[in-house]
Amino acid sequence: MITILYLSSGLFLGWSLGANDAANIFGTAVGTKMVRFRTAALIASIFLILGAVISGRGASVTLTQLGSVNKIAGAFIVVLATAFTVYWMTRLQLPISTSQAIVGSIIGWNLFSGMLTNLQVLSKIISSWILSLLLAGIFAFLIYKLLLRFNILVRIHLYRLDAYTRFGLLLIGAFGAYSLGANNIANVMGVFVPISPFHSIRLGPLLFNGVRQLFLLGGLAIAVGVYTYSYRVMITVGQSIFKLTPQAALIVVFAESLVLFLFASQRLHDFLLSIGLPAFPLVPVSSSQLVIGAVIGIGLARSARNIKYRLVGKIIAGWIVTPVFSALFCLLALFVWQNVFNQEVFQKRRFDVNNTVNNRLAKEGIFLNSSDFEESYDSEIHFFNALHNASFMNADTVQTIFHFANYDPIDITSRQISQFENLAKGRLNQSEFDVIESLSGKSFTYIWELEDAIRAECRRMKIQDFTADQLKIVNQYFYHKGIR
Amino acid sequence: MLFKEVKYLEKETDNYMDIVSESVLIYTEGVERYLKHQDEEFNNSLERVNVLENRADQLRRDIENRLYTETLIPESRGDMLGLLENMDKLVNGSKHVLKEFSIETPFIPEEYHDDFLELARMSASCVEEVVQSARRFLCDPLTVKNNLHKVYHYEEESDHIADKIKRKVFSSNLELAQKNHIRHFIIKMDSLADKAEDVADRLAIYTIKRSI
Repeated sequence: MITILYLSSGLFLGWSLGANDAANIFGTAVGTKMVRFRTAALIASIFLILGAVISGRGASVTLTQLGSVNKIAGAFIVVLATAFTVYWMTRLQLPISTSQAIVGSIIGWNLFSGMLTNLQVLSKIISSWILSLLLAGIFAFLIYKLLLRFNILVRIHLYRLDAYTRFGLLLIGAFGAYSLGANNIANVMGVFVPISPFHSIRLGPLLFNGVRQLFLLGGLAIAVGVYTYSYRVMITVGQSIFKLTPQAALIVVFAESLVLFLFASQRLHDFLLSIGLPAFPLVPVSSSQLVIGAVIGIGLARSARNIKYRLVGKIIAGWIVTPVFSALFCLLALFVWQNVFNQEVFQKRRFDVNNTVNNRLAKEGIFLNSSDFEESYDSEIHFFNALHNASFMNADTVQTIFHFANYDPIDITSRQISQFENLAKGRLNQSEFDVIESLSGKSFTYIWELEDAIRAECRRMKIQDFTADQLKIVNQYFYHKGIR
Repeated sequence: MLFKEVKYLEKETDNYMDIVSESVLIYTEGVERYLKHQDEEFNNSLERVNVLENRADQLRRDIENRLYTETLIPESRGDMLGLLENMDKLVNGSKHVLKEFSIETPFIPEEYHDDFLELARMSASCVEEVVQSARRFLCDPLTVKNNLHKVYHYEEESDHIADKIKRKVFSSNLELAQKNHIRHFIIKMDSLADKAEDVADRLAIYTIKRSI
């Protein structure tokens, strides 16, 4: 019951996303009566859910890297602050992006809990907002020019063009809905991922892990938003804000969908990296702002005087105002929720600098002078400052120290092991499962102790060491109660 | 289902254009037969143009009905319906002229027969070019302009011929009543070209609106 209460802010944000952002996909199609609302709502809902469940993980991982909210009450407040920011700025008729609001809220949680905000990840997110807007404009510009050429080369009867356009709006709308689900589910449920209350379920050959269950729930909330409220928004978008021809609407939706997909697809990301090309960061981006970018792109294709500087200025201002406002509101809400309602909004993380940790760090070639440090720190920020003062500046070194100093005790029980074997079927072979079974009844204080125990057992059994992916599966299960 | 409907509408619209084109050919034929006093053949032309006009009305209503009930071409529907209704005036005009010839049986002296035939053919050419433009509007809007200038040219020529005949008639020894009657038919025949020019003007605007 309490879990559902805490997830309610995510469900509300999902509903809001469905109500507002579905119009960015099917708004003009429905508004110009090219597609019936019922058809649009059905296609949008199905593909939004599919996108969220199948491809929603990538962008969520990035938000988790920015700030890993480790208590469900904290996650509830973070998402609630986001929802409130979106609501308030919509009332003030300012351009609002859920993606930007959630970033601000996560930073607010980081500040409140003493956790570090990963500046590298933050700059990756901000640069993605800029890049996505530019890409939407460029894609729309190029597709417009291509379509113009196609119209010149091929004679299409007016009626047939209309039929093709309708079909195109449905097909590209489906792709757009999938991409929106894949990219934006992170805004809705991404914060709950590190503390997903759901356990993995095996359904025959398929593993339905806790994260996918979260995304399914979020996707359903979005679908409800689409059915219950998006019609009004679609009519507004279709008739007043963007007066586009159906062919121009097709271009806008296609450009927007492409960009959403590029910033959400893990497979594409991995493929580009595997062939030595730079990959698009997996970051939630604003579909509303992509639409504006695409419309500007078409405007530029028609005439170079068509850049609406004022609108672009408003968007850029939003990039600053939105996260700041949501961070401040989140800080206030966390304070109230913790101190007035006595709810634990974050779990303190402990970092030790003792002989055990120092000996292990020495194996990595890192030497900490105990006199420069306290025995333990209960705040990432304090530990980070201590490392900084001791002249540890290199980001990779700092990250390694954090990993080995992180106090995270765990007991391995036989029940956990048998559940793990059921969930990890096909990912490990029998010998590897035997290694895990040998850990039964053992206790570990640090994550690396579990990893070292696995390596030692592999050497003893004379089998190949676990790969990085296999170690990740073990950590995910035993430390995060699920396999992703 | 949608593509089946689209194919059907394409065929219907094409048939409609054929009817407009055919009606103006029958009109020219009818005028010629009247001038040659071929009464039976003239009545046959009148009957055929009547049938075509009814068929055109049926087709137009069916197309309009389907465009609305199937919510097709929402952006261009108004233009399409405007085009069909204005082209309907061309069919009505052809029928109306022949009907007036049939009812009022004007006396047209032989020395004006060639001019009348020339006027009929010129206004028919004007209508024919506008039908071609309308067909291009549906399939290849960027080439509409290629035909429109011909429409304007034929309309101007039609006005010129009409003026020429009127001057000849009013400088003749015919009675004033006869002169006025002949003038009435000159104006009626010339108005067909004027109607075709109206359609051309609208097509020029619709073509601009048909960009992406």
